[in-house]
Parts: sequence; structure tokens; C-alpha cells
Amino acid sequence: MKIVVTVKQVPDPNSSHVLEADNTLGRDKEVVLDPGDECGIEEGLQLKEAHGGEVVLVSMGPERAKDAIRKGLSMGADRGILITDESLSGADAYLTARALAAAIKAEQADLVICGTESYDGSTGMVPPILAELLGLPQLTFAKKVEVDGSKVKVNRQTADGHMVLEATTPVLITVTAAIAEPRYASLKGIMAARSKEVKQLSLGDLGVESGERAETIESMADAEARKAGAVIEDDGTAVDQIVKFLADAKVL
Amino acid sequence: MYFSDAHEELRLHIRRFLEKEVQPHLDEWEETTFPDSIFRRFGELGFLGLRYPPEYGGQGGDYFSAVVLSEEMSKAGLGGLAMAVDVQSEMATPPVFRFGTEEQKQKWLVPAIRGEHIAALAITEPDAGSDVAGITTVARRDGDDFIVNGRKIFITSGARCQWALVVTKTDRERGHSGYNLFVIEKGTPGFSVTRTLKKLGMHSSDTAELLFEDCRVPAANLIGEEGEGFKHIMWELQGERMIAAAGAIAGAQRTFEYAMNYAQNRSAFGQPISQFQVIKHRLVDMGTKIAAVQAFVYQTARQWDQGEYPVREISQAKLLATQVAVEVADDAIQILGGHGYMQEFPVERAWRNARLARIGAGTDEIMKEIIAKTYGL
Ligand SMILES: Cc1cc2nc3c(=O)[nH]c(=O)nc-3n(C[C@H](O)[C@H](O)[C@H](O)COP(=O)(O)OP(=O)(O)OC[C@H]3O[C@@H](n4cnc5c(N)ncnc54)[C@H](O)[C@@H]3O)c2cc1C
Repeated sequence: MKIVVTVKQVPDPNSSHVLEADNTLGRDKEVVLDPGDECGIEEGLQLKEAHGGEVVLVSMGPERAKDAIRKGLSMGADRGILITDESLSGADAYLTARALAAAIKAEQADLVICGTESYDGSTGMVPPILAELLGLPQLTFAKKVEVDGSKVKVNRQTADGHMVLEATTPVLITVTAAIAEPRYASLKGIMAARSKEVKQLSLGDLGVESGERAETIESMADAEARKAGAVIEDDGTAVDQIVKFLADAKVL
Repeated sequence: MYFSDAHEELRLHIRRFLEKEVQPHLDEWEETTFPDSIFRRFGELGFLGLRYPPEYGGQGGDYFSAVVLSEEMSKAGLGGLAMAVDVQSEMATPPVFRFGTEEQKQKWLVPAIRGEHIAALAITEPDAGSDVAGITTVARRDGDDFIVNGRKIFITSGARCQWALVVTKTDRERGHSGYNLFVIEKGTPGFSVTRTLKKLGMHSSDTAELLFEDCRVPAANLIGEEGEGFKHIMWELQGERMIAAAGAIAGAQRTFEYAMNYAQNRSAFGQPISQFQVIKHRLVDMGTKIAAVQAFVYQTARQWDQGEYPVREISQAKLLATQVAVEVADDAIQILGGHGYMQEFPVERAWRNARLARIGAGTDEIMKEIIAKTYGL
């Protein structure tokens, strides 16, 4: 089974994000492999271990995004493809999906695994557009995947449980963080990753026109910090005060 | 300068593993000692064989990969568990790897790398610690076997181990000849654990007294050349001291950072205590000593990694790093005041754990004796 996992390098969740003058995310900050993608890679590796085949990581990003691919190769993925091109700077979801689709099409994958949404952009639009461009059925929000020959069955996370969906390969799935706990890479895996192939492709190589951006990010703001709560000293009326507080907040 | 990208990537994986699977249990393991299953987990992840070749299940790394593990274990405050891991990978198994036969490596090294065996190293005796030439555990040949009699004490993982590498001599005469190293397996008739010992620190590790009474050990368990055991164990001690130095100074760095952060956030007389010059300068002294010793430890580790045998530098690194670690922990307790003395804060445990390193693997005084000899004194 050939499995493609899409991966993205994102700013470290532990650092704050700043937009550059051209409204792209500042990348001089610490960057990491998207934690959600680590789960997707883990699922890909487990499926490969159970059914054989190959796990190929595909990413779009600046040259530095090779580090994110390397991290997945250290975990055990077989090779990587990095789509990098000056004209991709500030790419919206549609352009990103077109670039990824061109690279993935050439791979003829049985299974394409994507995260539900990237940690930084959070549009959640790339996987559905990708499925459409590749002409694949998409099974979204998977928290469990089973493969039996050409049948792919997933448990799709819902608000109060899950539904079971099935499709025939080739298929695209999006996975939640509940899918699999990413493994720790071994030193042997880390060293082996250094000699694994990471092919670098430009838009020209893929025959993709960058075209007009349909969307741009105008600005970004942090959510308002939570205000400190009220501290009630118990002078004998604490219970009444708490009841009043809850009543005022309309939770009682 | 000393660490490659691969080392740093390994460091992140080790750190994440320790944060998720080890640190949440440390307080409990101080009471109960660690479960053997955590060794299997270390083994599964390749952390017990970082420097061993892949044909034995190792990871094929260099010495600095072992340094990374030791540093991360110290920085995560593993204490007794870190000591047991170091005993496994840097003390008990290196002689089996270096001096053992292929069959011996398959039998004892491979399962230790997997974490299925826990190994101990037994040198010290009730009446001979620093004075290794004064040990009295005797192994006398009897046909295809050796008969071992004697007592070993303060043996890390002695109670839980599957096998111990035991230092013996052919007769009780003093001197450096007639030494033999044996792997002696638990369950061998005549090999018993007489007691486990309560101690100042390193509570998550077990420390035991071992007894050998007419214990029949096959000659096939002799590690290295017959009669050459003293030389072999002197080589082993270099690696033991090197890793002790690396772990000690990384632990000191952690304690220093903790104390610095505390001093910036604790106020007295209307200002953070880090503003008092005595405390500020104390912190500067701590950081400066650590920085200097750290550089020396790395430089010596590089020599060791490159196959040199720098006895003077290793002894100096071990002496200094462990002394600085104790000084820094003591300073940290002072900076934290009463909080520093309480078990809710990590520095009292850091001090109790660090204190061992000035005794184990050769005391301060023995390090100085060795260094003196290299100067021709
Ligand atoms: C927690 C713990 C774990 C240990 N784990 C192990 C283990 O796994 N395996 C193992 O074999 N051992 C282990 N040891 C033993 C340790 O290596 C010894 O305690 C150490 O070598 C010192 O020996 P000793 O205790 O017999 O002290 P002694 O040798 O009796 O020393 C007592 C004092 O005399 C000083 N002294 C001795 N000789 C000289 C000299 N020539 N000149 C100046 N001063 C001298 C010493 O420095 C020390 O201050 C462990 C010890 C502890 C505390």
C-alpha cells in the first residue's frame, strides 16, 4: 500500500505568532513539525507496518520545511517531497492544495492522510480541496482507520460518539489527534533519515501556475487574556455570595 | 561544537519521553523504587544501547549520544533511575561488549540492551571499597567451573538484577594479579541478596548486599582474559567516571536554573531576593563554575570518544563536576531558605542525590590520588 502523508512546518505552539509586513507568518521563530501531522505520520507508519508498502511525506513550504520532513523520516517514513517556490509565499488554501495535488497525483497513492487542520492556518480547507482535485472520496475526522484489501473503514469522530464510514482505495482521510500517539524516534531512525531522499520540486516542475490569491490574511490578534476571577473570603456569607455570583452569571 | 543535529533531535525525543512517561511517576518511585517495566521501555526505544552496534540491537551512536541521555536524565531529575540506567549501559555491559566472546554478548549484552535484563556491577565489599586491590571475594577453579565465595555491598540494582558482573580474585593475597570478572546470574545456587539498604538519596534505585557462598559459576561466564580482571575493571572505571561527570554537571545546571528563577520571583524586604548582591553574586558564581566545568567535561568526553585513554582528565572532570554539583545544590538550598529544605521543592532531593557522586565511582580522595600519580607525585 502506498501511503502519502501531507505534513506542514508551523511556528512552535510555545511561541507567539507575528505577521510580517506582507501578512505572512513570521518564520524566523522556532518552527516545528505540526503536532497534528505527527499523529498522521504515526498512523501511516502503523498501517505500513501492518500491510506493507511505503510512506511518503509531502510538504509545501520554504526550504527550511525540509526539517519537518526529516523529523517524519526519523520516525520511519520512507522518503519526502518538498514543494518549494518563491511564488508560493503567502499561498492560500486553494493554491496550496493545487501544488500538493500535482505532487501527490504523480505518486499514485492508495491512501492520502492529512491532518484535520494545520496548527497555524487552521482553515481546514486544504484536505477537501485536495480530495476534489485528486478525484478521491474523503473520509474526515477519523479517530480510527482499518484497512482490509482495498476497503478503508474509519471511525469518524462526532460530537457525541462516532460513525463508521467506508470507501474503496484510493481514498483521502483526515485524522484527529486521537488517531495515534506519535512514536519517539530512535537514534538509528534519526541517523537513517539523514540518507533518505527528500525531493525538492518547484511549481515549474509540477506544471502548476501560481495565479491570483483568492484570499489573503489581513491581520491577526491574540484572544483576550482571561481576567482574574473574584476571590471570596469566607466571612460567613460566602455561600450566599457564590450563589449570587452564579445567579448573576445565569448558570443557576 | 560537540553535538550534531542528530544528537539534538535525539535529545528532543528523549526529553519528550521522560516528560511523558517518567517524570509523572518520579515522586512515587522515590517511595517504591522504579518498576522493571520502565527498563523495558527504555530498551524498546533504544536508549539502553545508544553506543552499541546494531548487530547487538544497539543504535550505533557515538559517545556523545550517551552523554545526551545522561544529561537529559539529570535535567529531568531522574536520580536513582538515572543511576541504574548508567550502571546498565555505561558500567556493567561495557566490559561484556569489549572483552566478552560473541556467545557471551548474545547471552547477556543483547537482552540488557533490550531492557529485558537488568544488570549490576559488583566491585565494592564491606571491607574494601576504594581499595579495589583489597577485595577478598575469591573464585577458585574447579574443573570447568569456578567456585565463588565472598560478599559485595552497595550494589546498585543488586536486588532486582538478572545478572551481576562480579569482580573476584583467585586468592586473598594482595596485588593486581589473579583478578577475574564473571557474569553471575540470579538463581545460581549460592548467590543470594542478603539485604537492601536504606540510604540518604537516590531512593528510586535499589542498593543491595550480595552474598556468594560456594557459588558454582561456569568458566564460560568468565569475561575477558583469565587473570586480567584488574586491568579490565580499571578500564571500566574510566567510562563510569566520565558518565558520572557528564550527568553531575547537567544536574548542577538544572539546579542552578531552578534557583535563579526562584530568586527572581521571591521577594523579601520589598524586592526580589536576586537583587541582593550576595544572592546575585552567589548565582553568578554557580553559573560560572558550571560553565567552566561543563567545557572541560565535554573536552574530556571528546578525548574518550576518540579512543584516547585520558586518565588524568577523566579523574579531574569527575572530581570537579561532582564537587560543583554538590556546591551548587547546597547554594540552591541556601537561596531557597526554608523552602529549600522542604521535600516539596526539588533542591533538597538534588542535594541528596548529588552527594553520592563524590563517593561512588571513586571518592574525591581517590580521584586526587590518581591525579597525583599522573603528575609523578
Ligand atoms: C548509593 C551507592 C551506590 C553504589 N553502587 C555501587 C555499585 O553498583 N557497585 C559497586 O561496586 N559499588 C557501588 N557503590 C560503592 C562505592 O563505589 C564505594 O562506596 C566507594 O568506592 C567508596 O568505598 P567505601 O565506601 O568502601 O569507602 P572507603 O574506601 O572505606 O573510604 C572511606 C574514606 O576513606 C577515604 N580513603 C580511602 N582510601 C584512601 C586513600 N588511599 N587516600 C585518602 N583517602 C582514602 C575515602 O576517600 C573515604 O573518604 C555504591 C555506593 C553508594 C553509596
